[in-house]
Amino acid sequence: MSREISYGAAIREATDQLMSESDRVYVIGLGTTDPKSIFGTTAGLHVKYGPKRVLDMPTSENAMTGICIGTALMGMRPIMVHQRIDFLLLALDQIVNNAAKWYSMFNGQQSVPLVIRAIVGRGWGQGPQHSQNLQAMFAHVPGLKVVTPAIPADAKGMLIAAAHDNDPVLFIEHRWLHNTFGPVPEEMYETPLGMANVVREGYDVSIVATSFMVIEALRAAEALARHGIEAEVVDVRSIRPLDVDGIIASVRKTGRLVACDAAWKTLGFAGEIIALAAELALENLRARPVRVTLPDWHTAASPVAAEMYYPTAVTIANEVAALFGKPQRSAQEWKLVRKAPADQPDLSFIGPF
Amino acid sequence: MRCPVHLSIGQEAIAVGVSAALERRDFVLSTHRAHAHYLAKGGDMRRFIAELYGRATGCCGGHGGSMHLIDLSANMLGSTPIVGNIVPVATGVAFATWLDGRDEITVVYLGDGATEEGAFVESINFAALKALPIVYVVENNFFSVYSPLSVRQPPARDVVGIAASHGIAGARGDGNDVEEVYRLATIAATHARSGAGPYVLEFETYRWREHCGPAYDNELGYRSIAEFESWRARDPIAAMERRLSQTSTIEPKSREDMARECAAEVDDAFAFALASPFPTGQSFGDAYSSVTAGR
Repeated sequence: MSREISYGAAIREATDQLMSESDRVYVIGLGTTDPKSIFGTTAGLHVKYGPKRVLDMPTSENAMTGICIGTALMGMRPIMVHQRIDFLLLALDQIVNNAAKWYSMFNGQQSVPLVIRAIVGRGWGQGPQHSQNLQAMFAHVPGLKVVTPAIPADAKGMLIAAAHDNDPVLFIEHRWLHNTFGPVPEEMYETPLGMANVVREGYDVSIVATSFMVIEALRAAEALARHGIEAEVVDVRSIRPLDVDGIIASVRKTGRLVACDAAWKTLGFAGEIIALAAELALENLRARPVRVTLPDWHTAASPVAAEMYYPTAVTIANEVAALFGKPQRSAQEWKLVRKAPADQPDLSFIGPF
Repeated sequence: MRCPVHLSIGQEAIAVGVSAALERRDFVLSTHRAHAHYLAKGGDMRRFIAELYGRATGCCGGHGGSMHLIDLSANMLGSTPIVGNIVPVATGVAFATWLDGRDEITVVYLGDGATEEGAFVESINFAALKALPIVYVVENNFFSVYSPLSVRQPPARDVVGIAASHGIAGARGDGNDVEEVYRLATIAATHARSGAGPYVLEFETYRWREHCGPAYDNELGYRSIAEFESWRARDPIAAMERRLSQTSTIEPKSREDMARECAAEVDDAFAFALASPFPTGQSFGDAYSSVTAGR
């Protein structure tokens, strides 16, 4: 496990291994074969596997999704890629009415083994229509599976598990994770869908987080530990199917819950986690549960707006501190000052998208 | 029967003529008005009627209803009622056969309303791009529910012309003349199977009954009695019977036998459906094919 590669490279490696394993797997999406190759995640694959296995496509998200469904019904295993989840809204009919329902509506006669990779994001002036986090909307629909891996090893293992799964899986990548590094085994392996992962053990509070918010939660937990609070960080990994037992076990253990999602608050995923805690572990809750989410308004492009808009490790740390009656602190006081501004994943990222 | 049925009555010739031009191994997908398409392709009648009654023996086990007809043994791959949304799926079926170099062709039925959906133009664009072996059969019955063509399309709009502007071959014909449908569908199927790419057929026809349900609804005033009667005079089945009686060597006696056999098959299907059990509770609630952890 000593080799470290990026989240983006892990996705590319998983795709390569899947395509090598089965000639039923093909990759399709706008830009898969272009010079930028979906932030490098499909780089070189069209050369290795040829133009019938890695395809660029017309700017027709809806029909192309239906076309992928049609090939899946015929036994192929498409991996469709969208550079922004916002474009996936054009394909809602095919995803919600066909992909999600085909298996049950036709009484299990056929399934739709389709993986849709969609990139969500934050900052760098992407604005209202290029950085939404729409995972809860999709996860609301029975028949769809929705995963949000946060670390490179899970990105690889969950993409492989998603491609082996016989149901449609929406595989959500946060753009800010693509250039994060971590240990990733070289061989092919599955990280099972539907299993959360306790990435930091603690006993005072459960911070349940998805996608990029896992990174913020881990930073918050380190800062909290310096002030005597041991937070448990649960990386949800898969929001549908959801590891309800695993999440509730952590809540029962700590008695406090902070649910973090890089998406809107109202009717969102963080609220779902709190509803589950209220239904299943109310007697264990020693404090009011808390949601850390985006505010209910649209991402403005200005870097100044980013500072106001995005919850960070500081937001999480202060919410936890409030549960313990401890004072609110600044980023400096928490020692959580980021080197990069709020609209930039790290200083090496200088755009353009 | 507690299920919205979109009857094919008046539009039978298109399904029959097209299916006669296909091989059993060819694939068919369809719309909410799929009854004729399903039966003409060889879909099981008992399982069809049982599905309308929501029975466990239905083609979807009672999970789909009249708008979701499927019989995989006849390569009738399914039907859906969201206007235009089966068109990309069918194009994908054709894409899969193209990717694998197989020689089946795919036929997708759609209505005049579906040609107004972006999914239609997106699909034929891709089919033309890859020269896919698919035939798009447009059944133009002049109405989308109760909205006539005149409130939906400019008079000069021409579906075959739209196809032609994508480089797609096409033809238009009388959808109530089963022999003409068969002739044109044979040309289209041969074209698609030869690797020459997609084909678009547009047939004019007419829906006799209400959009959804078994009754006549001319009293609503959305179409004139004169218009309805002019189409009823062009009943495709009566026209075929007249033609056969003039030209065929089939004895009147054997025609009566055929009619009796058909009626008996229909009666049997209804009896089968009504005698069939409803699905059990255990068959509901399963939205996923692959079992995973979590819920």
